[in-house]
Amino acid sequence: MDTASPPSLRTSQNPETKTGKPLLVIDDVVKQFATPEGPVVAVDHMSFAVEQGEFVAIIGPSGCGKSTLFNIVGGLLGGYEGNVTVAGERVSGPHPAIGMVFQEESTFPWRTVLDNVAFPLEIQGVPKAERFERARHFIAMVGLNGFERRYPAELSGGMRQRVSIARTLAFEPKILLMDEPFGALDEQTRLLLGDKVLQIQQELKQTTLLITHSITEAVQLSDRVVVMTYRPGRVKRIIDLDLPRPRSSEVVSSEAFGRYVAEIWGDLREEASRGMHDSEAQSR
Amino acid sequence: MAKDLRLRSLRFGPELTGAATLIGLFVLIEILIRIGVINGYIVPLPSAVLASFGRVIAEEGVLQRFLVTMGEALIAGVLVTIVGVSLGVLLYKITILRRATETWIAAFAAAPIVLAYPLFLVIFGRSALTISMMGFVSGLAPVILKTLEGLLGVRPTLINVGRSFNLTPAQQFWKVQFPAAVPAIFVGLRLGLIVALINVVGVEFLINFGGLGQLINELAERYDLPGTYAAICFVILISVCFFIVLERVEKWLRPAS
Repeated sequence: MDTASPPSLRTSQNPETKTGKPLLVIDDVVKQFATPEGPVVAVDHMSFAVEQGEFVAIIGPSGCGKSTLFNIVGGLLGGYEGNVTVAGERVSGPHPAIGMVFQEESTFPWRTVLDNVAFPLEIQGVPKAERFERARHFIAMVGLNGFERRYPAELSGGMRQRVSIARTLAFEPKILLMDEPFGALDEQTRLLLGDKVLQIQQELKQTTLLITHSITEAVQLSDRVVVMTYRPGRVKRIIDLDLPRPRSSEVVSSEAFGRYVAEIWGDLREEASRGMHDSEAQSR
Repeated sequence: MAKDLRLRSLRFGPELTGAATLIGLFVLIEILIRIGVINGYIVPLPSAVLASFGRVIAEEGVLQRFLVTMGEALIAGVLVTIVGVSLGVLLYKITILRRATETWIAAFAAAPIVLAYPLFLVIFGRSALTISMMGFVSGLAPVILKTLEGLLGVRPTLINVGRSFNLTPAQQFWKVQFPAAVPAIFVGLRLGLIVALINVVGVEFLINFGGLGQLINELAERYDLPGTYAAICFVILISVCFFIVLERVEKWLRPAS
């Protein structure tokens, strides 16, 4: 577990990784928004890196700038200071190496499951037979065999989110970027879908950056957890998780899991309280 | 067997209920007229309307007039669809144009355009073109407004999905925004086509030219109330035809809707 040094020291100019060969580097990123009350810093000098095949979770209280960071890394939000690079290439717009899974329902309601998952391949001009074959592979991977001809409206929220994940995986991104993909689902479904994500991670060795506000989800899935401060969003601490892989949702009953959850909550508690007081003050 | 019958009645439940309601309404009107609650000189007996169908078809050439009105409404409908949707897209794309004209178009939707028929008579003459153009102009505003509303209402997440897959602006529009806006566009088309059809029949009535509107005018002049109502039923039939076609097209474009 890496908790010894303050994050600002360990990550500022040259974000460290275990091997020193990061695939994704977030280096000294600052993003501020202009508001009628003056500029608001959403992300403040954030730095960390993600290695090839690594699963990193970013956790922080609501309003800490997690989604802003998601949009910056995904290339949907420009005008930031610092650098976000993928394999050394600066991200200045949607990057072909990054596939995004969104928090909100994002399947295309007018397309079947098969057509949804085949969508990125259709855009790439892959012939119909081949793209359907490849789409079926990813549909099977997320456990939706037999639902290929169904429309999203005929599926549950969890199944729709799996369609979104399969669609992004069909894009074959080097980095899978997920913004609270299970945020709208109940706890049990989240744990089961977490298992599915772990299986995929195991099978594809997929480099993944997960944005979440769920401590259990972060610990269940990740190799490392980046804890963020509440406004402005900074790296408070980066925690290496020493949990076995391959992993499943059974890990939640282990002693180590409980310890990590308690430790992260210890870090988050103060930030979450600040966030709560802030929102209470705003609503007065 | 009984289970089979129950399933069938469940499947056709809405249609059967609709038909039963309509028949019930006709029976009620028939009774109210016969007992004198409704004046029979103003509203004809439904049974008399039913009986007049044969006469209207055989003597008044209603089928040919039906086709004339259908053709005029079809021209108006096609123009409303092409021009209305295109203008909606244009206003969506050009923000300044949208801000400059949106209020005017909304006002235009509420304007009694049918009163401008003398102007159209001057421009196009007493012809089917005048009738179609009146239908087209009057049905335009709802289609423009609903197309615009549909495109503006596309969920930002869907647009972000397109962006994350590096879609070109054209792909973003045709693969994401337009299909997402289809339900709203079809609401506009339904409204636009209803208004267009009303105006087509209305102008036929006013200028005493063309198909069913002219027939309704003539039958009303002759005080043939059952015949007038029978002719109105054919106008409703056109409306039904339009709705069936629209529903099919929408189902084809948005199978899940």
